[in-house]
Amino acid sequence: MTAKWYQQSGTDGDVVVSTRVRFARNLNHLPFPAGMTAEQREEVIGQIFEAFPQDGSGAFQCIRMTELSEWDALSMVERHLISPNFTAHPEGEALLLSPDESVSVMIGEEDHVRIQAMHAGLALDEAFTAANCWDDFLDARLHFAFDDRLGYLTQCPTNLGTGMRASVMLHLPALQEKGVIQQLANTVSKLGLTIRGMYGEGSRSEGAMYQLSNQVTLGITEQEAIENLKSIVGQIVKEERGYREQLRETPALEDRVYRSLGILQNARLLSGKEFMSLISHVRMGAAMNILTSVDLNGISHLMVDAQPAALMQQAGCELDPAERDKRRAALVRERLQ
Amino acid sequence: MNCDHCGKYPATTHITKTVNGKTTQWNLCAHCAAEQGVNTAFGGLGFDLNDFWGSLFLEPAKRAPEDTVRCEDCGRSFKEIAEMGRPGCPTCYRTFYDRLLPSIQRIHGKTQHTGKVAEKADETVKKEHELKALREQLAAHIANQEYEQCAALRDRIRELEEGDAK
Ligand SMILES: [Zn+2]
Ligand SMILES: [Zn+2]
Ligand SMILES: [Zn+2]
Repeated sequence: MTAKWYQQSGTDGDVVVSTRVRFARNLNHLPFPAGMTAEQREEVIGQIFEAFPQDGSGAFQCIRMTELSEWDALSMVERHLISPNFTAHPEGEALLLSPDESVSVMIGEEDHVRIQAMHAGLALDEAFTAANCWDDFLDARLHFAFDDRLGYLTQCPTNLGTGMRASVMLHLPALQEKGVIQQLANTVSKLGLTIRGMYGEGSRSEGAMYQLSNQVTLGITEQEAIENLKSIVGQIVKEERGYREQLRETPALEDRVYRSLGILQNARLLSGKEFMSLISHVRMGAAMNILTSVDLNGISHLMVDAQPAALMQQAGCELDPAERDKRRAALVRERLQ
Repeated sequence: MNCDHCGKYPATTHITKTVNGKTTQWNLCAHCAAEQGVNTAFGGLGFDLNDFWGSLFLEPAKRAPEDTVRCEDCGRSFKEIAEMGRPGCPTCYRTFYDRLLPSIQRIHGKTQHTGKVAEKADETVKKEHELKALREQLAAHIANQEYEQCAALRDRIRELEEGDAK
């Protein structure tokens, strides 16, 4: 089986968990998805399925969303392959997925086509190249709606222009501990970027996972947007590492890392919230070489597998929260031995 | 926590938006998130649901009481687009370009695309421009009973239309 992109860690993996670049594209002369009839939805799916190579080693999996169980679909949301809305109305929606799940094409979501490439660690150029390559591929076979002035025409005007959203998932436990995330959010918003918590609510994220993305898409080239994001990520990574070194001086950090590992290795019940907060400490400990028994790849992989829908997918049936907490604890014990 | 919009269903989508240092959070159910065109996985949508679409479209709609122009592709009028809070199809952007432009500028700060150009789409745009001009010329010639130019124009239009079908 091909290794999935999220089972690896990449460049600057101590702080940058993953990178994603996606393009929003629409076909000419068809209504945007919100106004499409069932037949028009089928037409879009048909055109795009047809454009893709159906066989050979690099063949994409063609998935109709109606074919998936609820937890299969939700686990794809947890792996960031699809957006949560995509599971809300599966009729007339389809997905193309590369064997390593690093490239996915959502059909019939907010736009007719959403081409997305993911990569472990900080890899904006790699993810851009992959997404761009599939965009060129589809561009040569389909008629994407494009205007000389407004660029790619998208259902939501916030995506006009390049239609490109580049994001990096950051693990920022030290900056969160210092209480400077809000300040950071204010700063990046002035630079045309947004940062938001990935798990949990509000400005404090469970597990200290944050997603940083470009906001403006019109009047900026793809390359400018990528370079802008790169330089800001570089500064955030430096800040996070600096604060981590300050924390290293305190005995409390080492204690917290080992205590968290101890709970994860021994707990019989683990809620999603408790797991995220403990694994965050363990991840920081591993990234700082305080812990040498666990590696970042294993942690990234575990964070995906311990999410609610992933647990149900592994079990092959629906699980209530209490049952999930039990299974999550068992999985975590097994992986962290 | 229940949805901030309908209050009926559990909120599954959480959007945090910081404007000039003021952070607002929206918690929406899957239905309302889809209805509002919110896409959480890719984030970065720059809006406050209370006033986003309102400020985006309604203001120019008020300035244009007569509502006779309709999108050639989806048939929507500008008023309908403003009420729905989104264009119906790509052609809406071209049809109502002037009226949408202020809102677009408010979102992006800019109005001219500088990024990647879809080679084929670009041709399509050019072809559409040419076709429109040719059809207008043809109509004008017919109206003026200048039939001798019509055949050549008709041939060129047919050529372009057939190229489109390929
Ligand atoms: Zn709701
Ligand atoms: Zn609603
Ligand atoms: Zn239209």
